[in-house]
Amino acid sequence: MNYEVVIGLEIHLELQTISKLFCGCSTAFDREPNTNCCPVCLGLPGSLPVFNKRAIELAVIAALALNSEVQRGSRFDRKNYFYPDLPKAYQVSQYDRPLARGGYLEFEADSGVRRVGLERVHLEEEAGKLQHAGNSIYQAEYSLVDYNRAGIPLLEIVTAPQIHSGREARAFLENLRLTMLYAGVSDCKMEEGSLRCDANISLRPPGSDRFGTKAEVKNMNSFRSVEMALDYEVGRQAKLLDAGSIVVQETCHWDEVNKRTISLRDKEESSDYRYFPEPDLMPLQLNNSFIEKLAEKMPELPRQRLQRLLEQYGLDKEAAVLLTANPGLSNLFEETAGIYGRYKDLANWIQGDLLYQLREQGKEPVEINPNQLAELLKLLDEGVINRPVAKELLSEMVQRGLSPKKLVEDRGLTMISGPQKLVPLVEQVIADNPEAVESYQKGKKKVIGFLLGKVMDLTGGRADPGEINRILKDKLKD
Amino acid sequence: MELFEYSAYELSKMLQRKKTSSEELVRSYLKRIELINPRVNAYITATPALALDTAQSVDNKRIRGEELHPLAGIPVAVKDNISTAGIKTTCASRILEHYIPPYDATVVKALNRAGMPVLGKTNLDEFAMGSSTENSAFFPTRNPWDLEKVPGGSSGGSAAAVASGMAPLALGSDTGGSIRQPAALCGVTGLRPTYGRVSRYGLVAFASSLDQVGTLALSARDTALLLNLVAGPDPHDSTSLPDRDRDYIDNLTAGVENLRVGVIKQNVADSFDREVTAAVLKAASLLESNGARVEEVSLPMIDYGLSAYYLIAPSEASSNLGRYDGVRYGYFAPGKDISEMFCRTRGEGFGPEVKRRIMIGTYALSAGYYDAYYLQAMKVRTMIRREYEEVFKRYDILIGAASPTPAFKLGEKTSDPLQMYLSDVCNITDSLAGVPSLAIPGGFHSSGLPMGLQLTAAPQSERLLLQVACFFEQHPETKPRRPELDFIESPPEEGGM
Repeated sequence: MNYEVVIGLEIHLELQTISKLFCGCSTAFDREPNTNCCPVCLGLPGSLPVFNKRAIELAVIAALALNSEVQRGSRFDRKNYFYPDLPKAYQVSQYDRPLARGGYLEFEADSGVRRVGLERVHLEEEAGKLQHAGNSIYQAEYSLVDYNRAGIPLLEIVTAPQIHSGREARAFLENLRLTMLYAGVSDCKMEEGSLRCDANISLRPPGSDRFGTKAEVKNMNSFRSVEMALDYEVGRQAKLLDAGSIVVQETCHWDEVNKRTISLRDKEESSDYRYFPEPDLMPLQLNNSFIEKLAEKMPELPRQRLQRLLEQYGLDKEAAVLLTANPGLSNLFEETAGIYGRYKDLANWIQGDLLYQLREQGKEPVEINPNQLAELLKLLDEGVINRPVAKELLSEMVQRGLSPKKLVEDRGLTMISGPQKLVPLVEQVIADNPEAVESYQKGKKKVIGFLLGKVMDLTGGRADPGEINRILKDKLKD
Repeated sequence: MELFEYSAYELSKMLQRKKTSSEELVRSYLKRIELINPRVNAYITATPALALDTAQSVDNKRIRGEELHPLAGIPVAVKDNISTAGIKTTCASRILEHYIPPYDATVVKALNRAGMPVLGKTNLDEFAMGSSTENSAFFPTRNPWDLEKVPGGSSGGSAAAVASGMAPLALGSDTGGSIRQPAALCGVTGLRPTYGRVSRYGLVAFASSLDQVGTLALSARDTALLLNLVAGPDPHDSTSLPDRDRDYIDNLTAGVENLRVGVIKQNVADSFDREVTAAVLKAASLLESNGARVEEVSLPMIDYGLSAYYLIAPSEASSNLGRYDGVRYGYFAPGKDISEMFCRTRGEGFGPEVKRRIMIGTYALSAGYYDAYYLQAMKVRTMIRREYEEVFKRYDILIGAASPTPAFKLGEKTSDPLQMYLSDVCNITDSLAGVPSLAIPGGFHSSGLPMGLQLTAAPQSERLLLQVACFFEQHPETKPRRPELDFIESPPEEGGM
C-alpha cells in the first residue's frame, strides 16, 4: 500500500563561541580530556551559571536566519535526569518559553523551491562525552567521561512534521547547515558532532489528517545516514502496516554497520524530566534594539547569494547553486570577480579545475589569492599563455601560492603565437613528414592531429592549438 | 575581660590601636574552641593552622603600616555548606564527608581579602535541611545556654559558636529561617539579607530561589561590619543585586522615632509560647513609647507560607542534589550497573531528612502533579510577594517572633517532621518574599533561655533593620547577653596554648 511519510527533525548545533555557555572555559575541540573544565561546567557544589552574551547573540542570529520569531522574553528551565555525562544531573535548557518560535527554511529541491516550517529554536547546554568499554553503558565494564564538551552552547531547532522522505530530510539538513554556516553561528561538522540530528517518523494513508504512531531515530552520523535510516524506517513501518500490525512508539538507533535501525528497549528510554524554571538564571529579556542590531549585521544567507549570483553575475543556475553550496568557493568567486570581469569563465574555472586542484591538494578556497587567480585568467585571455599551460600554472598556484605572471616570466612560458613565429614551424613539420602530408591530401583528414602535435612539440606546448590548426590547414591546401 | 568576650567592633578598635594582635586573638579563640567545642560541637572542621597563618600575615602587614580592612585580623567561623578551597566542605553529609573543594565561595574570597582568619567550618543540618542541627550526619550541636537543648538550625553551629564565644562572627545561610531561628534560640543577632544582596556563588545549593548567605553576630554593629564586607554584586551570581549604595554602619544610632511599625498578627499567634508573644508585644510598646507609630497588621498569606515553602524548597532541592551521584566527587558505592551505582551511592550517602525532601520535590515536579503542587506553590509565592509590597507601603518595619518557642530539647521533634517544620513558621514567608529579615535578642524566657524578635523590612532595607536592632540593644530587657557556661569545669588558663 501507499503511505504518506511524515518526518519531523530535531537538530542540535554547537554554537561557535570561544567560551562555554555559562563559564569562561574554552570550547576548543581537540584538547586532552577534562582540561577545559572549571567548577561551573563540572557542576561542583555551590557553583552558579552566568550567561555568555556571545552565545545568546549567535542563537538570535540563527533564529533570525531561520525566519523564526525571537521572543522578547524567554526563560531557561532545568531538564532533570541522571547520566554520568551530565555533571549537575540536569541540563539547563528551554522548555515552554523558547528563545524563538516558528520560522521556516527554504531551499532548492527536485520539485523546485521547498519550504519546511519550524516549531521552535532554543538554547541549551551541551553534555560531556562518554566512552564505554563495551557496547552501552549497561554492558560496559567501565566508562570514561570527558567534560570538555560539557557546557558548550547548543542550539536546538525543531521542524514541523513537514518532511516527506529521507531524501528531503537530507536536503533540508544540507541546506540548514549551509544557512548556519553563512550566518556564522556554527561550523556544523557532523563528523565532529557539532551538528546532530534526531528524527521522528511515522506513516499514514494519503490524505489522512491524523498522524500515525511515530518512531524516534537517533545516532545518524552523516547526511547520508539520515537519508538511509529514514528510508529504512519507511520500509520497516510500511511492512508492519501492510501486514496489518501496528507500529510501536519507540526510540531506535541507526546501526551504521548493518544499515538498519535497532530498537532501544532499555532503561535509557524512560523519562519524566521534571522541567521547572532554572532559579539560578534570570529570565532572558531581549530588547528590540539588541535584536535589530543583530538583524542589521546579518551576513548574506544562501538564498540571497544564489539570487545575486544569478542576477548580478549572470551565472547559469547550475553554477550558481554549486558556488552557493560552497561558501568558500563563492567568496573566492566574488572577490576575484571584483577584478576580473568575465564571470562565466571565472565560475567555470572555479567549479572545474580549481575545485579539482583544491581537493587534490587538500586546500581550502580561502588559501587562494584572488589577485593571482585573476592574473592567471588574464594571461590566458590575452593569449600570453595557452590553456594547458594555464592548468599547469593553476596547480602550482594552488600548491605554493606562486604568482602566475612571475612563473611565466621565470620559465619563459609565454605563448608562441602569430604567423611570424608559427608559419616557419608549420613549414618545417610539413617538410619533415611528407607521408603524413600525402595521406592528408588524399583525404585522411584526421592526420592533421598528428601534424598539429608535432608543431605543438616544437613550441614546447606553448602555442594555441587552434591557431596552429588554422595555419596547418592553410598550408596543406597549397 | 577575656578577648573572646569583646564584640568584633571592639576587637577591631583594639587591633587598630595595637592593644592586641590578631595572632593573640586567634589563639584566644582556639583555646576557647578547645575548651568548649567538645561539649557544644559547633565545629565540624577546625582550621587552627590556617587561622594562625592569616593572623600572622595580617599582623605583619599592620606592623609595616599597610592599609587594612576594619575586619582584618578578626576571626570568623564559616558554615560548612560554603565552599572553601582546600578545606573540607561537607554540608554535614556523608555524601560530601571527604570533599575538598578547589575553589572559594565569593563570600570566602571576601573574608580572605579582608584578612579575616577562618577558625573553622560549623555544623548544620545536612544540606541545611532542618531546624535543630540534629540532621547533621556527624553529630548534633548543643545549645550553649542549655546543653540538653538544640541550638536551632540549620546554621546551629554558627549560632552556637558565636553565642559561646567560639567565634566573634560567623557566616550562615538562610533558606527558610536557617539563620534567624538558630539566632533566636541562641540569643544572637542573625541577618538574612535581601535575596541577591550577598553572593550565593559557592554556597552549596539547597533551594536556589530561597538560599541566601547571611551573618551571625553579637550585635547590630558587628552585623553591619560583616555585611559591609560581604554584601554587593557578584559577576559569578546572575541573581545577585546590582551595586549597593551605602555603608550599613553610619545610620545605626538614628533611633525609631516616627517609624511606622506593624506587629504581624500571625507571628504573635495563640499557638506560640505565651512568654514569646508577650516579649514581642513588649518590644512593640517599647518602640511606641520611643516615638514609633505601632499598629497590628494582618498578613493572611502567611498561613499559606509553610505549605508553599515545603513544595518549592524540596522541588529545587530534588534537582540541586541530583549531582551527588558518585561519578565525579564525594561518596561512591559501586554497583553491578550504573543504576545500582546511583541508587546505592545516594541511598547510603544521604540522610533521612534529605531523602524525604528529595522525594517530596521529585513528586511535586512530576508530570501530572506539577500544576497542582509546584505551580500552585509558585502562585502562592507571588501572592505573598504582592502582600508584602502592599504592606510596605504602609509600614517601615514589621515585627514578630523569630521562633514560636525558645530552644526545644534534643530529640523532641526528630520523630515528627511536621512539628520540626513548624518551628520555622515565623521565618518562612520573609524568605518567600525575598525581603531582608533580622533576628535579634528579645529578652529571656522563664526557663532562662533567650527569645528572639524578628524584624522585617522592604527589599534592600538592611540599614533600617540594623538601626532598629541597635535601638533594642540599648534597652536592658532586650540587650544581648552571653550564656553562663556552667558546664565548663575550670576557667581557661592565662597565657599561650
